[in-house]
Amino acid sequence: MMGIEDAGSSSGAGATHDEERPPPLPPRPSLQPTPKDRASLQSKPTTALSSMTIQTLSFPDGSRGTFSTTVDDSAADDRTSPTEGHDVSALGFHPIGSARKQDTDESMSIMSMAPTMRPPGDLESLLVGDMTKRSPAWMLLQSQSASIQPFEVIRPDHSSTFAEFEREFADIPDESNRDWNDGDRLQLWKSKLKHYMILSSAGKPIYSRHGDLGLINSSMGVVQTIISFYEGAKSPLLGFTAGDTRFVIATEGPLYFVAISKLGESDSQLRAQLNALYMQILSTLTLPGLTNIFANRPSTDLRRPLQGTETLLSSLADSFTKGSPSVLLGALECLRLRKSHRHSINNAFLKARAESLLYGLIVAGGKLVSVIRPRRHSLHPSDLQLIFNMLFESGGIKAAGGENWIPLCLPAFNNRGYLYMYVSFLDGRPDGSASTTDASDADDAIAIILISPDKESFFTLQKMRDDVVTELKKKGHLDLIKATAVQGRPLVTEIAPSAHISHFLFKSRANVQFCMPSLQPTFSSLISHRRLMSLYSHLHASMHARHSHLKVLHCISDEATSLAWITPIFEFYCVAGPNTSRAVITQGANKIMQWAKREEERLFIIGGGVF
Amino acid sequence: MASRAGPAAGRGMNTRFAQFKLVLLGESAVGKSSIVLRFVKDQFDSYRESTIGAAFLTQTISLDENTTVKFEIWDTAGQERYKSLAPMYYRNANCAVVVYDITQSSSLDKAKAWVKELQRQANENIIIALAGNKLDLVSEQPDKRAVPTAEAEAYANEAGLLFFETSAKTAENVQELFTAIAKKLPLDQVGPRHTRPGQRPGGVNLGPAEGRDTQAGGPCSC
Repeated sequence: MMGIEDAGSSSGAGATHDEERPPPLPPRPSLQPTPKDRASLQSKPTTALSSMTIQTLSFPDGSRGTFSTTVDDSAADDRTSPTEGHDVSALGFHPIGSARKQDTDESMSIMSMAPTMRPPGDLESLLVGDMTKRSPAWMLLQSQSASIQPFEVIRPDHSSTFAEFEREFADIPDESNRDWNDGDRLQLWKSKLKHYMILSSAGKPIYSRHGDLGLINSSMGVVQTIISFYEGAKSPLLGFTAGDTRFVIATEGPLYFVAISKLGESDSQLRAQLNALYMQILSTLTLPGLTNIFANRPSTDLRRPLQGTETLLSSLADSFTKGSPSVLLGALECLRLRKSHRHSINNAFLKARAESLLYGLIVAGGKLVSVIRPRRHSLHPSDLQLIFNMLFESGGIKAAGGENWIPLCLPAFNNRGYLYMYVSFLDGRPDGSASTTDASDADDAIAIILISPDKESFFTLQKMRDDVVTELKKKGHLDLIKATAVQGRPLVTEIAPSAHISHFLFKSRANVQFCMPSLQPTFSSLISHRRLMSLYSHLHASMHARHSHLKVLHCISDEATSLAWITPIFEFYCVAGPNTSRAVITQGANKIMQWAKREEERLFIIGGGVF
Repeated sequence: MASRAGPAAGRGMNTRFAQFKLVLLGESAVGKSSIVLRFVKDQFDSYRESTIGAAFLTQTISLDENTTVKFEIWDTAGQERYKSLAPMYYRNANCAVVVYDITQSSSLDKAKAWVKELQRQANENIIIALAGNKLDLVSEQPDKRAVPTAEAEAYANEAGLLFFETSAKTAENVQELFTAIAKKLPLDQVGPRHTRPGQRPGGVNLGPAEGRDTQAGGPCSC
């Protein structure tokens, strides 16, 4: 899908065939790794990987970026002013180039064969050869068409899949609606692009994202029959494909989880989604709780013990279906704040700490502002995902309009017991008292989350909340947080002006956090957002495919150009219009890397407050 | 859960201020949270999601010109799995609202079970109100009613409960319910006699009414 070349062709260079299709390019010298190269790559992949690891470890902090590559004229011509080009080299930050340089097995072969006299310095110089061979007419054409946004041109076979997406989240009318017969309702159910089902191994339906269980009971029966057939044969079924639909099955103790997707996600991505649903169930029941229920009565209907959490499962499922960068990357997003502000907020938070506190979080608009935690424990992203889903995606807590006291299990922390979570949404207004907000659905709501193992500590934590809020107000931090949250993410053009990149994801692997620019204006609609996320998820799947060992992947399709780039320090994915050349997208990527490096301590919480 | 004492009342400048703990109990989906939301914010949301755990809200009402009553409300989730946590919420409560859905007869049985538990386990002087919610559904379609008013009222009288049929949607009887509870609460005589031996006594605060809200700890802070 998406016209992205098969990741299996490795080294990212495989995608170059397809590049700039409209006017035929002059024949390119062989950019494919020769069979010999492939052979050597396969013979010692571990060596290649480890040398890569050592070499690239240092450059995102800039220390190793001192390459003496000059910015060559044609690269500068390429819609970058010479001064900007100078900045790049002055900062000595040519990460892609440096990655390439070290990655001899995979890409030196490409560069050394490019018919250019220039030293094989970086990825940009690789493109110089191409650029000089292009006719002025081609250059002109490309400079015009570079302004085409990703997905502005859409391939017909894709438009049909995504046309349905508008209706993906519409409810299927239930039996009481007399305008609908069962056949029509079933048809509507089948038209959904994504399904999640949970059933017990005894075949009792537990949850389905779409359709009431009465409607789809027989489908559940079929699913159970198929799965248990393979279970019986001691060869569990992991997944299968029917037409353009992928089925992935996960078995967790007494539960079967099934994901059915027409959205082109990879098996491992779907499996991660199913695992998140399982974690949500554990968060409600704990593992011993779940095990006991089925140990005592294998035919238990789990819907009853889970009653009231269906909306949590559905909001998780929908965030997967809509496409969530946080879920894709398994990372969290933080509110961008000055280091000194964050430090001061952390200190205020630590100062007010109650004795019984385990974790304390301040979250604004779904982005982490501050974390305090014991030295021995860190918070696992999958646990935070469950908390964020509960507080920000499903409406239950915010609508309650008060303070909340929620028993929950954080499975990655300890799946055997409950913790107690105090939640208070603040109105954040400077004049307001410490009162809680209206049940507004504002995305910029500020929440204080205090987690304790002591179920009797509500009032202690409430006092802590009051103290924290008083302190934050006194120093004006609450207004600052509010203002920053309202402001939202910066536009790409603010981050890297004239970079010709429409969107990117940057994940700091060490901090398990990511940042991204605003989805405005290109990806604000539900469908364009899903297209973007599909592209990201495809890049992600290609980069993380087992045995692929990719570091850089450049993909071109009729719809968009994209670049993925992974080092031990970060993962970076970006998307540009379909006619953006590799030189341009690479330059854009480098600019964003510089920004991310410069802003690192603002974008990410490094360590957090520890007690 | 226990650092705040029970009722606190004060007199000064001819004004009376009292603070009481109230807990809502009842089967899931009978409308406990909707009643609270109507009472506290005068709002209603037909597509409300289930409460998770419990929500804590406060609302202050004036009984007359110089009597102010502040309710600290625990709105509990009705699901079975939260049942073991309920004592934590009703243990020090001065009053309770037990809610059922007048279109679901089973919800009254559940309500009766809660009343029984409260009368056995909670404060001996706890004031309990029985609220039959979703009156609006019955006004529209009388055949939806599953619990006759007379039956519930007879039970309430027998068990010594306040009784109202309410609609969180139309606000009918919601304010009345809480006002009736406030009137029945012992505004003038707050003190140890409202708590059982072994439980902390409620504090009497004689300061002026202003700023009382912030004195969260009251006289005891154990």
